[in-house]
Amino acid sequence: MGKVINIQPVTRIEGHARIAIHLDDNGNVNDAFLHIMSLRGFEKFIEGRPAEEVPRIVNRICGICPWMHHLASNKAVDGCFDVIPTPTGHKLREMCQIMAHINDKILHFFFLAAPDFVLGPDSDYSVRNVIGIVKEAPDLAARVVKMRQLGQMMLERFAGKAIHPVAGVVGGFAKPMTEEERKGLLEDTRTLLDFALFSMDYARNSVFPKYEDIIAKLGTITTGFLGTVDEMGSLQLYDGDLRLMKADGTMTDFPVSAYDQYLSEHVESWTYGKMPYAKCWGEGFSMDLDTPKGVYRANTLARINVADQISTPHAQEELEVFREKFGRPAQGTLLYHWARLIELVYVCERTIELLEQDDITGADIRAMVEPKAGRGIGAVEAPRGTLIHDYTTDENGCIIKANMIVGTTHNIAPMNMSVKEAAVSLIHDGVYDEGLLNKVEMAVRAYDP
Amino acid sequence: MAIRIAEEWLHSCSGCEIAILNTGEALLELLNKVNFVHIPILIDHKYYGQLGDGEELTIPEAEIGLISGGVANEEHIEVLLEMRKKCKVLIALGPCATHGGLPSLINLWGMEEGLKEYYSTPTTDICTVPDEIVPRPLDHVYAVDEKVEVDMLLPGCPPNPALIIEVLTALIEGRDPAIPAKSVCDTCPTQREGKGGVTKVRRFVQNAQYDPDKPIEEMRCLLEQGLLCMGPVTVAGCASGAGRGAPSCISARVPCRGCFGPVRREGNQMLDMMNALASNGIDYKSVVDRRSLLRFSGSHGLQRKLPVRKTTGE
Repeated sequence: MGKVINIQPVTRIEGHARIAIHLDDNGNVNDAFLHIMSLRGFEKFIEGRPAEEVPRIVNRICGICPWMHHLASNKAVDGCFDVIPTPTGHKLREMCQIMAHINDKILHFFFLAAPDFVLGPDSDYSVRNVIGIVKEAPDLAARVVKMRQLGQMMLERFAGKAIHPVAGVVGGFAKPMTEEERKGLLEDTRTLLDFALFSMDYARNSVFPKYEDIIAKLGTITTGFLGTVDEMGSLQLYDGDLRLMKADGTMTDFPVSAYDQYLSEHVESWTYGKMPYAKCWGEGFSMDLDTPKGVYRANTLARINVADQISTPHAQEELEVFREKFGRPAQGTLLYHWARLIELVYVCERTIELLEQDDITGADIRAMVEPKAGRGIGAVEAPRGTLIHDYTTDENGCIIKANMIVGTTHNIAPMNMSVKEAAVSLIHDGVYDEGLLNKVEMAVRAYDP
Repeated sequence: MAIRIAEEWLHSCSGCEIAILNTGEALLELLNKVNFVHIPILIDHKYYGQLGDGEELTIPEAEIGLISGGVANEEHIEVLLEMRKKCKVLIALGPCATHGGLPSLINLWGMEEGLKEYYSTPTTDICTVPDEIVPRPLDHVYAVDEKVEVDMLLPGCPPNPALIIEVLTALIEGRDPAIPAKSVCDTCPTQREGKGGVTKVRRFVQNAQYDPDKPIEEMRCLLEQGLLCMGPVTVAGCASGAGRGAPSCISARVPCRGCFGPVRREGNQMLDMMNALASNGIDYKSVVDRRSLLRFSGSHGLQRKLPVRKTTGE
């Protein structure tokens, strides 16, 4: 009997996970697992709730991306009550969602992931964190904290709450944007765009070149990808069709409403996390590293891979540089970080675009709504992947059935594969140290679970 | 010596941890006085040693312990007991820790039903509920003080960053923190005109009436507009900054749903709200889903299992 290396908790991620690396008698990796250790069961406890209340209940699924759940849920309730939000209502929702992506990406890159790169994967664990960065690079840290704060405060100022928002409502939005608010948000977003461009340059020139080997190899696996695109095939985060890409680059587009015909979820007895797979490929499910079946990935790298182009100029330039260097689809797991920064540029540009549209300050923010029986399926691209909420209501407009596939879930199987790939290539003959185990965690952190 | 802080999350969403980060530049200043020895969202301290070969779950000693989330499985209990053992002062952070929070809605059915439902959705392959390696669920969701003694409650979903800083600073300075004790209503600037003609509350499917170009002080109280607003039975503290301005949902022109928990620690937001409605001449039966008035505070045995007969709505 060999031993089990127990990395618990997996840190600098959102949630409860454990990595278990099983070694054989010679100290080589037999198998490795990422166990998801907690589950709350929102599908059950929104049963019986009036559907219009649900967007302010399910936001508590995730404290990092509450806007995503809030808005996917609002879209699902729109469907249940058969209402189309007003154009301004949609725009205000999209603006908040896109703006929430800004903070999320700053948080993940600088607070959660950067310690591995700025201080190094092998640096002592007691300093390998954002507090270590504050001490090592105080100017950078001060700027990062300030920018993230700016983004959060913009949302709070306009929408009341940045965490666990309430301003999105079935039929549209609860408050209009005044001209004064528009001007303030626009000015602040331009500051954030400057910071996004700085971050991209900083990472491309000062961070990634130091870690080319890790970026190419660590936890790298070969899978398909899932994201959202518009009718031109451009990257979309708020609305559009879903696009599944196979590892060979062939693509299938389908409407969100048909998600259950394309995707299924596999369950293993050793983790609370489900493992969605592409049922439509007709090959079943397998996490075998050499011949995976049905496995696709979501989140930044997936969206960057499935999009034909990005509609905003700076982000499109960055996409071209990325594609020139890594091809399409790019499979390197650590490239999630690079793709995340390209999206950071896009979301700043897109927020400005939305704020510059005249009708964003329109007064017609909410359509007439009548609770009724129906079914609604709403989706958005959350930072961590395609987020789907599917509700059915009774004649009182209360929930009788719900199904949700949340962003991180799509990457549960890929994360398991990346953990195994990293562990197998790094650990030989029982030789490992703390820095090396941290590299295994880095393969998980790239997915920002 | 710097004050040591340990932070943990149990049956939670990470919103409390994001609220800690939302203290922003105040956090940078605080870092001169405190030393975070354990906080999984930010630092890499591991339960079983950095090489993953320890036998017992271990968290370092700390002067201050912060804990978010309720208690819903065996691992939560293990982590919570270790936190209690190692922290001199233990603070329950957010309503999940103080009163069960939103996940305590599952107490209408119990944890097992919640898991069964999740693993039998239409897109899920036929399976049984995972039961290897993963921690076994408890029967339902508990507040932290149902399992260990807690020294202080810091409310809010999420907690107000200004309040987090106030509590930590007060503890460092050795004084009592100023934690709001009034209700959301008591701190709400909207206009109340006294008992009006409202006899029923309506669902929030149409926006409140107000002039968006005028300040919040000129909007009429949402309860007086006939919207269910839980301001009367919810503890204050959500207003942005250090409590200036309007309660946060009200500032979005949306009624309160009680996310800071009851005004008194042992209050029952559902019963208190029914009383508040009755004393305003509003028919409590017009509330479509009474049980969800306890949506943020269902632990301590308040949110009880539904009768076996299937019901919807109330």
